[in-house]
Amino acid sequence: MTVRTAELLVAVILALLSLGLMWKSTELNIGWVAGAGPGGGAWPFWLSVGMLVTSLWTILRWFRRVTPQSRSKEIFMSADTLAIVGPVVVGLLLLLAGTHLIGMYAAVFLFMIAFVRFLGRHSWFVTLALAVAAPVAMFLLFEWALTTPLPKGITEPAFYPIYDLIY
Amino acid sequence: METIIDPLLGGLLEAIQPVNLMMMVIGCIIGLFVGAMPGLGSVNGVAILLPITFLVPPNAAIIFLAAIYYGAMYGGAVSSITLGIPGASTAVATVFDGRPLAMTGRGDQALMAAALASFIGGTIAAVLFTIAAPPLANFALSFGPQEEFALMVLAFATFIGLGGDDIPKTMFSIFIGLVLAAVGYDIISGNPRLVFFDIDGFLRGVSFLVLAIGIYGIGEILWTMEQSGGKMQVHYVKSSFRSVVENMKKVKNYLTQTVFSGVLGYFVGILPAAGATPASLMAYGLSKTFSKDPESFGKGNVVGVAAPESANNAASTGSMLPMLTLGIPGSPTTAILLGGMIIWGLRPGPLLFVEHPDFVWGLIGSMYMANLFTVIINIAFIPLFVRVLVMPFTILAPIIFVLCLVGGYSPNSSLHDVWLMVLFGVCGYILRKLDYPVAPAVLAIVLGGLAERSLRQSLLSSQGDPMTFLERPLSATIFFCAFALVMVPIIRRILSKRPQAAGT
Repeated sequence: MTVRTAELLVAVILALLSLGLMWKSTELNIGWVAGAGPGGGAWPFWLSVGMLVTSLWTILRWFRRVTPQSRSKEIFMSADTLAIVGPVVVGLLLLLAGTHLIGMYAAVFLFMIAFVRFLGRHSWFVTLALAVAAPVAMFLLFEWALTTPLPKGITEPAFYPIYDLIY
Repeated sequence: METIIDPLLGGLLEAIQPVNLMMMVIGCIIGLFVGAMPGLGSVNGVAILLPITFLVPPNAAIIFLAAIYYGAMYGGAVSSITLGIPGASTAVATVFDGRPLAMTGRGDQALMAAALASFIGGTIAAVLFTIAAPPLANFALSFGPQEEFALMVLAFATFIGLGGDDIPKTMFSIFIGLVLAAVGYDIISGNPRLVFFDIDGFLRGVSFLVLAIGIYGIGEILWTMEQSGGKMQVHYVKSSFRSVVENMKKVKNYLTQTVFSGVLGYFVGILPAAGATPASLMAYGLSKTFSKDPESFGKGNVVGVAAPESANNAASTGSMLPMLTLGIPGSPTTAILLGGMIIWGLRPGPLLFVEHPDFVWGLIGSMYMANLFTVIINIAFIPLFVRVLVMPFTILAPIIFVLCLVGGYSPNSSLHDVWLMVLFGVCGYILRKLDYPVAPAVLAIVLGGLAERSLRQSLLSSQGDPMTFLERPLSATIFFCAFALVMVPIIRRILSKRPQAAGT
């Protein structure tokens, strides 16, 4: 996909998103409510109209080839870029999915190993040092100092002895 | 004058309280580091670390975050000079002369000039700030909702008029930020609003932090990873005590330009869309124009390092002025600080000076102290920073991602927020590739709630007559300024077309 195609595609998606937001805003009154001023939906509704208009404006400029992107024949996501950004995004999604399942600490441990060892190609020593240090630092900062428990998923029982120690 | 000196002394005392002082020094060091890392700027550091500051009281937290802000301005110069790539966009102009200086073995001179100029610029701006802030806040106390709304329109108009980005895309960014701020409950009727797909998480609204961390944490790192494919070449800088003393004496060679750039940077920094990057570029350009030998610029003139560094530091202080006195952030970084203040339960705006003087003056006092500490730390640790800079991104990036993960989760203990954050990060990255500016959206999500409230209050009191904004002289003046700003690009286009038309 060229940058030119990407710009049109994104502008069309954003225009559709604006329409969706306009429709969603009408759940509340978008007109004038006597004695209460503008209804609750009016503000987001007219802002969404603004989004729609500016998206259509971008599409118009695309047709007239005004923006540099609309003249660019370059590849939007080159293979090199995709090879760097793709695994990172997938890794982040897995990190989040993992957080639901095995908890944040275990997920961060695995994420660090995957990132530092397999993407960064650093030594196992560096990898393991970071993979262990990150959850430990998180625990000390959030669980202990801020008393904000982080999600632990099915690994919760493993933390019971530590709870006994700090609480 | 006494009305300023007394609270200022109190503020300086507040700033050197043990907790505040410690947070300031840590903040300066983190800021220096964040600013020096290519791809990370003050806004990234502040966005990613804000959730952690819930550990300390608001006074210490804002001092910490403000110290990161100043520190990053100093730090940006380090990588501009030693790596030849700006550590932050604010240090772009520093590369022009910093790089040639480093390549000809005068890197230590350039780094010293950058540090001292930053100190001078920052201190000038702090003094100007101290003088201007109390009267401005006092003046702003008379503002009604009409003026508040007008000011926000003005803030957004600066992005359209001075931002220099594609105009429809800038406006889109503003609108979507405001819409995201409207998610949650309608502030007046209390009805749930824009609860997408009936997911309960949206009832809490979309926190500005989720958007800010998503864009400046995740999106920006993706962007940097894409950009930094090639290897960097470091020019090691030797520094000794003697050279420090010697370079100190050379300050007089560039003092005039530095002072001028500091004043310029301060005023440019006050404008929301302008900020430190254009301020430093303007300072560079003006110093070159008025220089006796403009030829030497770009080939290693120390003034070319001092002027932009002074300006970007002064701009960071300048951008605090509208944030503290009017509740309108002067830069994306101060937008995040403003959002933080709302989380801490402080209402930004002129009343802050009346209701929380210790908070305001503590922050002002910290401006002076932080400048002093950063220049000392900077000079002492320059060799160390250069070493840290060669830290590979594949180690830094996962650490930042983990910070984003816990930072997005902890304010509301909600994984919904974290999913949203990653979504914003990826969308922000794609939009950025297509030249959609992201800073207006961050500013808009912070101001959205206040903007809606002031608009609806104004319309309610005028029975729906929009003329209320133009009938009050103050709000009419502000609206006129906003209108004039929006016209700037249109006029510029007409002017640039005319000679072309004459030529053909």
